[in-house]
Amino acid sequence: MMISARAYGDNGKMKEHHYTGPVEHKFSPYAFNGGTVLAVAGEDFALVASDTRLSEGYSIHSRDSPKCYKLTDTTVIGCSGFHGDCLTLTKIIEARLKMYKHSNNKSMTSGAIAAMLSTILYGKRFFPYYVYNIIGGLDEEGRGAVYSFDPVGSYQRDTYKAGGSASAMLQPLLDNQIGFKNMENVEQLPLTLEKAVQLVKDVFISAAERDVYTGDALKICIITKEGIREEIVPLRKD
Amino acid sequence: MALQDVCGLHNSPLFPQWSAPLSRSFMPENSTHLSGGGIHGEAFSTRLPGRGGLSPLEFYMPIAEYLTESPINFGQTSLTSAPTKLLEIDHLHPSLPSISLPPPTPFPVSPSVPLPFTLSHGTTTLGFAFQGGVIAAADTRSSCSGLVACPASPKVLPIHSHLVGTTSGTSADCALWKRILARELRLYQLRHHRRLSTGGAAKLLSHMLHPFKGTELCVAATLCGWDGDDEKHEQPITEKHANTPTNQMTASNSIVRSRSRICGPRVIYVCSDGLRLQGELFSVGSGSPYAYSILDSSVYWGMSVQEATEVAREAVYRATYRDAYSGNNVDLYHVTAKGWRRRERENLKEEYYREKERERRVIAY
Repeated sequence: MMISARAYGDNGKMKEHHYTGPVEHKFSPYAFNGGTVLAVAGEDFALVASDTRLSEGYSIHSRDSPKCYKLTDTTVIGCSGFHGDCLTLTKIIEARLKMYKHSNNKSMTSGAIAAMLSTILYGKRFFPYYVYNIIGGLDEEGRGAVYSFDPVGSYQRDTYKAGGSASAMLQPLLDNQIGFKNMENVEQLPLTLEKAVQLVKDVFISAAERDVYTGDALKICIITKEGIREEIVPLRKD
Repeated sequence: MALQDVCGLHNSPLFPQWSAPLSRSFMPENSTHLSGGGIHGEAFSTRLPGRGGLSPLEFYMPIAEYLTESPINFGQTSLTSAPTKLLEIDHLHPSLPSISLPPPTPFPVSPSVPLPFTLSHGTTTLGFAFQGGVIAAADTRSSCSGLVACPASPKVLPIHSHLVGTTSGTSADCALWKRILARELRLYQLRHHRRLSTGGAAKLLSHMLHPFKGTELCVAATLCGWDGDDEKHEQPITEKHANTPTNQMTASNSIVRSRSRICGPRVIYVCSDGLRLQGELFSVGSGSPYAYSILDSSVYWGMSVQEATEVAREAVYRATYRDAYSGNNVDLYHVTAKGWRRRERENLKEEYYREKERERRVIAY
């Protein structure tokens, strides 16, 4: 179905169909499969959440295609964008992780994975992976860390980040609720795990209301020093 | 095997498949040898185990025709459009199949792959030298055609203890090339037991970017550093200027200028077009015209550190005020003979409200 992918506008959403004349459809090697990913870092935990809908154009390919991939015991990556590139990219990351483990006899830390992913993405600067990545995990000191990437490898460490089709809707809400931006006279309490999980659920329910590519179910991976726990919450299916 | 290749395990593929990565191995000294045969020959014949020691990063070069043709027609594309260049390849490597790669010029000049997303652009950065060192300042907004991708991105990146670089252009390009430059400078330092000068670093960066001229790579960096490892020489100059009355300043200025050819503060602008300029004051980015107006009127060689910091901050603030693509915070670095020092990141929203308050008070009285 990539042959008709030229009908997409810049941000991946469908362009209006022109009935005023012939439209040339060129082959494009990319497709946009939708999906939203979100990551939050706390004092001693990190959350990576994604919806599980896989869509293309007006169709839904699958209602059970989560976008979080577990990399190590302390790191999870969320990838949204073009599903083909997501699969290949995670395959490459997993292979590189194994190579590192065999030559260095230890697992890669979150920061190291982030730096490596940056060079992997930039290696394809002239034919990029169409993937918006967010890595969530614990750093060497046990504190939560979130690293967000653009498709060509620019990255930095954040406290929270939303990526994917509903990112423009979710990011301002997170700025306000977690970053306390643009609020006066507010007591800035540190974020607890329960509050963060509840916030993520609320935020995805809102995203599913207004973004057609987000919905079906929400999968949250909660990373603490005890390990990685998963929670699945249903969302709107329409 | 395809996965191994893409992962960068160095088993050199003798027969490149249509999707095999073309690796670029080149030395900065040889970067002017862009004749097809030379580089292509090196890429295949001198692949050493581990990092070749020379390539900054392996880049995957897409073959333009294959990406714009539907896969249904795949395999039927003929490459007879450039027969002379095919002959060149056959002459060097008779083992290569005749359906071979497009001519080994660096890259197709037109951007071959239509991207479905835009990359981050838009900024205000500045750097200037004065008697007390070098100031490098930048805003922190990273925008992506209308959306603020990141309100707190660092645009002034330290490269080593005495060199700081401001970044403008595509943020991924700037971040990665700075990382590559930092690695090359560190290797130089280990091999030659001294730091490379700012001019040398600028030349190295410029030569590393040269093969990518004409592609969509966009890097415009200002390297701000302090040269010279002899700290004793610098101290008398700074003391003299701290208390010098104006009529003596011009005489001592000329002495400082001649000494600073060897060591001292240095600001050099490097651009991915190939431009490399040394100067005393640079501002780069969409907000640079606004910053220049403040800098041109207030910067002079004899200013104190306090004044210089104020001016830099004011220049970035004014630029963020008027330029939509600059905003959020201002980062400021000060480089002296002892190294770089980072000033606390300041949120310009507060400054905006303080100024409004001042205006309101002035009008009220």
